[in-house]
Amino acid sequence: MSDSKAQERDRPWVFRTYSGHTSAQASNALYRSNLAKGQTGLSVAFDLPTQTGVDSDHPLARGEVGKVGVPICHVEDMSALFEELPLDRMNTSMTINAPAAWLLALYVAVAERSGVDPNQLQGTTQNDIIKEYLSRGTYIFPPEPSMRLISDMVAYTVEAMPRWNPINICSYHLQEAGATPVQEIAFAMANAIAVLDAVQARGDVPESRLPQVVGRISFFLNAGIRFVEETCKGRAMTEIWDRITRERYGVEDEKLRRFRYGVQVNSLGLTEAQPENNVIRIVLEALGVTLSKKARCRALQLPAWNEALGLPRPWDQQWSLRIQQILAYETDLLEYDDLFDGSHVIAKRVGELMEAAQAELDRILEMGGAVAAVENAYMKQQLVVSHTQRTQAIEAGLLPVIGVNTFQESADSPLTQGEQSILVVDESAERAQVEALQAFRKRRNEAEVEAALQGVRDALRNGDNVMPPSIRAAKAGVTTGEWSDALRELFGEYRAPTGVIALRREPEGEEIEALRSRVHQLETSLGRPLKILVGKPGLDGHSNGAEQIAVRARDVGMEVVYDGIRLTPEQIAASARDEGVHVVGISILSGSHQVLVVDVLEQLREVGLGELPVVVGGIIPEEDAERLRAAGVARVYTPKDFDLTRIMGEIVDVVSEPRAAA
Amino acid sequence: MPEALNLIDDQRPAQKDAALALLDALESRARYPGAHRVGITGTPGAGKSTLIDALLRAFRARGETLAVLAVDPSSRASGGALLGDRVRMRSASDDPGIFIRSIAARERLGGTAAGAQAAVLILASVFDRVFVETVGVGQSESDVRALVDTLLLVANPSSGDALQFMKAGLLEWPDLFAVNKADLGAEASRTHNELESGLAVTQPTSGDWQPQVLQVSARDGRGMEELLGALDSHRDHLARSEALAERREAGRLAHLVGTLRERFGSRGLEVLGGSEALLERLRSEGEGATFSLTARLEAELDAHLAARS
Repeated sequence: MSDSKAQERDRPWVFRTYSGHTSAQASNALYRSNLAKGQTGLSVAFDLPTQTGVDSDHPLARGEVGKVGVPICHVEDMSALFEELPLDRMNTSMTINAPAAWLLALYVAVAERSGVDPNQLQGTTQNDIIKEYLSRGTYIFPPEPSMRLISDMVAYTVEAMPRWNPINICSYHLQEAGATPVQEIAFAMANAIAVLDAVQARGDVPESRLPQVVGRISFFLNAGIRFVEETCKGRAMTEIWDRITRERYGVEDEKLRRFRYGVQVNSLGLTEAQPENNVIRIVLEALGVTLSKKARCRALQLPAWNEALGLPRPWDQQWSLRIQQILAYETDLLEYDDLFDGSHVIAKRVGELMEAAQAELDRILEMGGAVAAVENAYMKQQLVVSHTQRTQAIEAGLLPVIGVNTFQESADSPLTQGEQSILVVDESAERAQVEALQAFRKRRNEAEVEAALQGVRDALRNGDNVMPPSIRAAKAGVTTGEWSDALRELFGEYRAPTGVIALRREPEGEEIEALRSRVHQLETSLGRPLKILVGKPGLDGHSNGAEQIAVRARDVGMEVVYDGIRLTPEQIAASARDEGVHVVGISILSGSHQVLVVDVLEQLREVGLGELPVVVGGIIPEEDAERLRAAGVARVYTPKDFDLTRIMGEIVDVVSEPRAAA
Repeated sequence: MPEALNLIDDQRPAQKDAALALLDALESRARYPGAHRVGITGTPGAGKSTLIDALLRAFRARGETLAVLAVDPSSRASGGALLGDRVRMRSASDDPGIFIRSIAARERLGGTAAGAQAAVLILASVFDRVFVETVGVGQSESDVRALVDTLLLVANPSSGDALQFMKAGLLEWPDLFAVNKADLGAEASRTHNELESGLAVTQPTSGDWQPQVLQVSARDGRGMEELLGALDSHRDHLARSEALAERREAGRLAHLVGTLRERFGSRGLEVLGGSEALLERLRSEGEGATFSLTARLEAELDAHLAARS
C-alpha cells in the first residue's frame, strides 16, 4: 500500500459490541477494556427489567436482573456505568425503547453533573416501538402514547442535542422475526414515515426545522448470510429513503436525506451445532454491509460466535472486534469507490427489491400506516407467515444450514469444552443490585422525588414535552420503575396482537399425518383432545419461538392455549389449572431459565398440578438442562432442535408416559 | 370447577355418566334468574377481547364475580385449534374472582362448541356474570344467542362492518350493538348511523326490546358506563317478563336439537317427531333434565339405526 493511498482511505465505520451485564460497575469495567482493545463506540445492553420499566426489586424482575444487560434503576447506576468515560467524546448507542426518554434523561443528567453540555453528546437511543410490538416484545404503553413519547424526544433532541439520533428505526428485529428483505425494507420505511408523521402532527417542531428532524432519523439493519442480496438491500433502502425524504417531506439538502444506518449482523442464523462455523458467517455478513461504499453502515456490531450457547465471554467479544479491525485496517476495502456502481446484476436486484418494497409500503400506507398495521396485526401476521416458511424450509432441508440440517458430522470442538466456555452471571449480583437500590431509595429526598414525579405527570397531562421534567426527575433520584409507573397510570399497558391466528394453511406430509393420528388416538385415553399451554415467563419478549411451537402444536391436532409473553410463574400455573391442559410448554431466551422454571414447577405444585408435565425451550447450556431435568422438567429444547415435528412427537410421548407423583 | 369443565368434556363412559349427573343436578338446582349470561361476538379485529377486558375490570370493581368462556374455531385439516389471544384479556389474571376458559369449537362449523351449553351452566352456577366470546359473522350468532340472555355485537368502525352485518341478515339477533374504538370519532359515528338505519328496517327477534347501538372505547373508557347500564337494563327487562324463562327454554331446546342434528341430521329429528315434539318432551321432563334427555334420545336413535341395519 502506497502512502498516497493511505491518505485517501475512507474513515472506518464505528466499531461497537452490544454489551452489558451483571451491574453498572461490571459493565463499566467491560466497556473500558473493550475501548482499550480498539472499540470506537459503545453499545449499551440493558437488562429486561430496565427495558420494560420495572425496578430490580419488582416481582417480575426476579431472575432477570443483570442477565441480558446492565440494570439501571437511577442516576447513580447510570453514573457508575460511565465512570471515567469522556461523555463529550463518546459515541453511545443505547438499546432502549419503551422507557427511552427516561434513559436519555438519566444520560443527560450524568453528563450535566460532570460538566458536559448535552449539545456535545453523540449517540443513539433505539426508541423504535413498532418493532417491539412486532418482534422484540419490550413494549409497555399502547401505540398512540408511545408515538407521542418518540415525538417528544425528537423535538427535544433536534434543538438541545443536535448530534444525537433520537430514534433508530430497526429492521434488524424484523429479520430476526422472519422478515424477507422486501418486508424489512417496506416495514422499516413505513415505521419511519409513522414517526415523522407523528412529529409533524404533534406540531412542536416548526415546519422549517423538519429537514433537520429527517436528518436525525437513523436506521438499524440486520445483515443475513445471503450477503449479496444484503448489499442490494442496503442500496435499495438508500434510494427509497432518498425518494421518501424528498417527495414526502420536501427535504432539499442531499446530506439530510442520506440513509444513515448501523448494523448488528444476524443472530437468527447462528447455530448451536458446530458453533465455530459462526465466525465465518459473521465475516460474510459483515461484508454484506461494508462492501458497497454507497450503502456502507455507519456503525457495526458483530455478535459473538457462541451466542447461541449462552452469554459470550470478553475473549469471544474480542474475536468479533478483531474481525472489524482486520476488515477496516488490514484489507484494502476502504481505498476504493463504490465497487458495484455500473454492475447491471446488482442494479437489477436492487430494482426488484425497490419495486416490491414500494408495493408493500403502499399497502401499509393505505391501511393507515405502520401504527394501524400493528393494531390490525397485519405486519405481525406477515412476519409469522414468513418465519414459518423459513422454519419449514430448514426442516425440509430446502434451506441448507451447515452443521444443522446438512453436514452434521463433526469432530469434537476444542472450543466448547468445559464449564468456563460461556459467561455465567453471578447469581448473587441480583441480590446486591436490589440491596443497593433499596439503600438508594432510603437516602434520597422523598419530597423532591414526589415533586419531580408530579412534574412528569403534569407534563403528560398538559401535553408538554416529557424530556425536561424527566431530566429533573433523573436528578432528583426518581427510579426507572417510578418514572414508568407514572406513565402507566395515564397511558395504561398494552398487549400486542400475536399474529399466530394468521396461519391458516397447515403443513402436510406423512410425518405430520402420522403425528395427527397419534394425537387423536391419545384422545381415547385422555377422554378429550390433547390441550397444551404455551407461554413465556419473565420479561423476555422474543416470542417467535413460542409462536412457532404454538402453531405447530395446532397443526398436529392439539388444542393450544397461547398465553404470550411476560407471565409470572403464578399466572402460568393458574392458567394451566383453569384451562385444564395436559402439558405446559414454556420458552425463555433471556438466560434466567434456572430461577423461572423452578418457580413455575413450584407454582404448579402449589395449585395441585405437581404431576403436570412441563417442557422448556430456550438458550440453555447442557449443564443447566441437566439441572432442569433433575428438578422435574420433562424435556429441554435448545436452538439445535430445529425439527418442530419431532418436538411435537416427544410432547405426545411425554403426555402418554405414566408420570410418577412429584 | 376447572375439574368440572374437564369432566363435561370427557368422552369416556364412566366420566360421561358422572358429567350428566352433575349437569342435571346443577340445572335443577339453578336459581332463577341466576347469573347473567352475556354473549359477545363480532368480526376478528373488532376489539372483542379488549372490550371484555374493560368489562371485566368494570364489573369486578362493583364486586361481581365473572367468568369468560372464549370459543375459537378448530382447524378442519388437523382438528387442532389455537385458543385465546388471552394475552389481551389478562387484566386480573391473579384475581380468583375472574375465571377464563378457552374452548375449541371442534366440528361445529357454526363456531360454537358442542360443550358450550354445559360449560355455561357450570360457570353460571358459580359466577355472577358469564361472558361467552365467539368470533364470527353470519354463522355463529344464532348459536351463541341460544347460550345467553343478552347478545352483544361488537362492530369495528370504518371497516364496512355495518354493511356486512346487514347483508348477512345479522341485525335481527343481537340485543345490543357496541361500535368499538369510538375514539376514532367520525368513522365510529358513521358506523353507528349505518347500524341504526339498518335496525330501523329490521324485525328484531327480541320481542318488545328495542336493540340499542352504543359507541364505546375500550381504550379510553368512553361509553363504558352506558354499556354497563345497557347490559343491566336488558337483563332487568328480561327478568321482569316471561321473556327470560322463554329464552332459556329456547336455549335448552336449541342444545337438544343441535346435538341431535349434528349426529343424526334432520332425518334423525324427524324420527323423533320433529322439534315441536321434542319441545313437548323437554317440557314434560321439567328443568334439570336437558342433558340426560339429550343423551337418552341419542341412545334411542342409535338403537333405531342399529335395528334398521
